[in-house]
Amino acid sequence: MPEKVLLVDDEEDFLETLAERMQVRGMEVSTTTSAREALIKTEQESYDAIVLDLMMPEMDGLEVLKAIKKKNPEMQIILLTGHATVEKGIEAMKLGAMDFIEKPVELETLTEKIKEAQAQKLILVEKQTADKIKKIIQSKAW
Amino acid sequence: MSCQHKNNSWAGFQFFGEMSASISHEIKNALATINETAGLLEDLTLLLEKGKPLEPERFKILAGRIMKQVQRADTIVKNMNRFAHSTDEPVKDVELGETLELMLTLSERFASMRGVKLEPKSPLGPIAITTIPFFLNHLLWLCVDFAMNAAGQGKTVGLLTEETENGPQIRFTRLEGLVGVRTDEFPTQREKTLLDALKAELKVNTEAGELILVLSGNISP
Repeated sequence: MPEKVLLVDDEEDFLETLAERMQVRGMEVSTTTSAREALIKTEQESYDAIVLDLMMPEMDGLEVLKAIKKKNPEMQIILLTGHATVEKGIEAMKLGAMDFIEKPVELETLTEKIKEAQAQKLILVEKQTADKIKKIIQSKAW
Repeated sequence: MSCQHKNNSWAGFQFFGEMSASISHEIKNALATINETAGLLEDLTLLLEKGKPLEPERFKILAGRIMKQVQRADTIVKNMNRFAHSTDEPVKDVELGETLELMLTLSERFASMRGVKLEPKSPLGPIAITTIPFFLNHLLWLCVDFAMNAAGQGKTVGLLTEETENGPQIRFTRLEGLVGVRTDEFPTQREKTLLDALKAELKVNTEAGELILVLSGNISP
């Protein structure tokens, strides 16, 4: 099953090129240069991984991370940045980011992280489904 | 070293650090795009070797993308170099319009992050002043930073460099959010120290939504 990925970065050339390289590797990739559009997309669609730039116009990457995690805790978010500091990395991980990678990134490294994200998300979704079924069974007087 | 002197030095380092971090971020973005484009060229070459037909135009576009990013990085480094050289001499003749232009270029990413547009209007002619270039850059950045925060709903800061009877000045206009700013909030001690050193003055006109930085044409005694 192809990994379904959302790429969010305000650098258009970077976004377009990375998306094409990921598509060549069989991934299903959506892109946006807008943080607000990314929030809308995550409400409408489910992704195995979201690769998010830390510094975006309109909204800080950490704000976007918080907003996505609040609505979809199972979403796996990998933060990508050209401005990495240890503090930001720690903050991102505390807010629930799956990983924090510095630009320029090796595509093989990113691909591995995306595969990890897909596996992680699958576990979380399966657990959520199991919990739901358990609740239904407990609430019925069978 | 006095406490005041330590604070001034620290503020200068902070400014230098803030600018350097922003510049390095921009360079990394250019490098990241070059890295991905080179990677895509490699991918396409492999596909070509496997017999997949590809238009030569694709390669031209990607080569163009790399050249564009190299030029971008080169401009960033040139600006960084100009900025770094502002510490060469304590007092120097500078052209005010050029100095402001450099600081606005370095502020572009900060403006973009806040969704603010900086709209400078070139002076009618060159305005040469004798000043402390690094302090002037620092003060200009603090004013631009304040102006961006005071831009209000209009999200635009106009900048006019002009020669007046009182001396050369820079007007930061269209500050719609200036009404909500308390008079004791700006200038702070950080700006006041630079204003003293540059023999400059800051005027805040809340009604007109303007901040006016009046500079000395020559700070030499």
